[in-house]
Amino acid sequence: MTRRTPLNEAHRKLGARMVDFAGWDMPVQYSSVIGEHEAVRTAVGLFDVSHMGEIEFTGPGALETVNRLISNDLARIQDGQAVYAGLLNDLGGFVDDVVAYRFSPERILICVNSSNREKDFAWMSARAEGVKPVDKSDDYAQIAVQGPKAVGLVQRLTKSDLSQVGTYRFTEGEVAGVKAIISRTGYTGEDGFELYCAAGDAVKLWDALLEAGQPDGVKPCGLGARDSLRTEMKYALYGNDIDDAHTALEAGLGWIVKLDKAGGFIGKDALAAQKAAGVPRKLVGFELTGAGIPRHGYPILKDGARVGEVTSGTQGPTVKKPIGMGYVPANLATEGSTFDVEIRGRAVPAVVVKTPFLKKS
Amino acid sequence: MSDNIPQDLKYTKEHEWARITGKTVVVGVTHHAQESLGDVVYVELPKLGATLTEGKNFGVIESTKAVSDLFAPISGTVVKVNDELTNSPALINSDPYGQGWIVEIEPSDAGQVGKLLDAAAYEPLTK
Repeated sequence: MTRRTPLNEAHRKLGARMVDFAGWDMPVQYSSVIGEHEAVRTAVGLFDVSHMGEIEFTGPGALETVNRLISNDLARIQDGQAVYAGLLNDLGGFVDDVVAYRFSPERILICVNSSNREKDFAWMSARAEGVKPVDKSDDYAQIAVQGPKAVGLVQRLTKSDLSQVGTYRFTEGEVAGVKAIISRTGYTGEDGFELYCAAGDAVKLWDALLEAGQPDGVKPCGLGARDSLRTEMKYALYGNDIDDAHTALEAGLGWIVKLDKAGGFIGKDALAAQKAAGVPRKLVGFELTGAGIPRHGYPILKDGARVGEVTSGTQGPTVKKPIGMGYVPANLATEGSTFDVEIRGRAVPAVVVKTPFLKKS
Repeated sequence: MSDNIPQDLKYTKEHEWARITGKTVVVGVTHHAQESLGDVVYVELPKLGATLTEGKNFGVIESTKAVSDLFAPISGTVVKVNDELTNSPALINSDPYGQGWIVEIEPSDAGQVGKLLDAAAYEPLTK
């Protein structure tokens, strides 16, 4: 059965075009993908990300339990901070990519991808030594407020001092009279917040943000803009750019892998071995230098032979170039390397570029 | 009748329009097609002089999320190509029946245009 977020009716009232996304009835766009993308880059956009899952570990030993499950290190951050991390399999590939919130050593909340919620919960339940996870996904709604005007907009609706909430930090407070976790995170490359509230409060919060954001030119934004925004930043999408078959090192996410952390973590041995032996293939960002648009699944060719595959691609609305990501052999992964992307039988030249594609001034 | 389906054009089931102008036929995609596609970001055009076959693919329109084939409404030879679309593919969104035209064809058999749909027959296909 198709799942609906608490904001489903609100999206329909706004004239959103709805699509099935991983079993959820979600807005892909309201007006235009490019217009929504630009609103986030220049003003502020709202995303309903209530389909994301929330899994909580509460009780003595929660931090240690979660730290064994994730690749990043909760012991290196303070209460009120969050980390981006992988849930990795024994081979160092991704079960999922997640954000883990440290409320205290006895309360850790993990935000997981909607499509992986059940899988992650079962995986964590089976492997958690100590505290057992609780799936709180149905309790929470989540709204992402992203863009250069996002901080100002949220600040007008809350008494919490947001200047004290730095990147990847969060606080608990009220926004528009609604209790919320106010987290300075997001997946667009812009400043902003992800607001977690009770499912029953979502419409009130959404409407308040839309109304208060009118002077800022706020736009509700769909999955289309979310995809082009994250692609311009080379942020990985589970199922496209990262999956169970590619390791975190191959994905270029070595920075979320703390091989030296106390207690270790699932996947550590495989990654340590791969690091020692050399990473055979890497996820690169490339630009097409010929005409066309790279898309997920298109072959990557070198001298006519297939050497990899495009994992994500789009015409970047802000960078105004056809850009993409894909796994290629390590010898083609350096900046300036060239290969072809096969587009409907044509070999279109591409060059590996420095990422993110979007250079912030 | 919707303003978005001009009465003076002919249509295909695949949401192309055809404007018969003397000896040639100008082809584009309908308002309904551009609206369904969303933001058009790339158009793969045929070459001048290419021979098109009715019902066969002659190009591709890519929007932010989709790749869609263009189908020739009639057989014939491409006598003009809208090169503006190379730099401004969004003309298909903003002016599908005007500046967003795609190609001009000289039909190999003028009788073919009689098989195209008129506005009244096309409209139900946009529901």
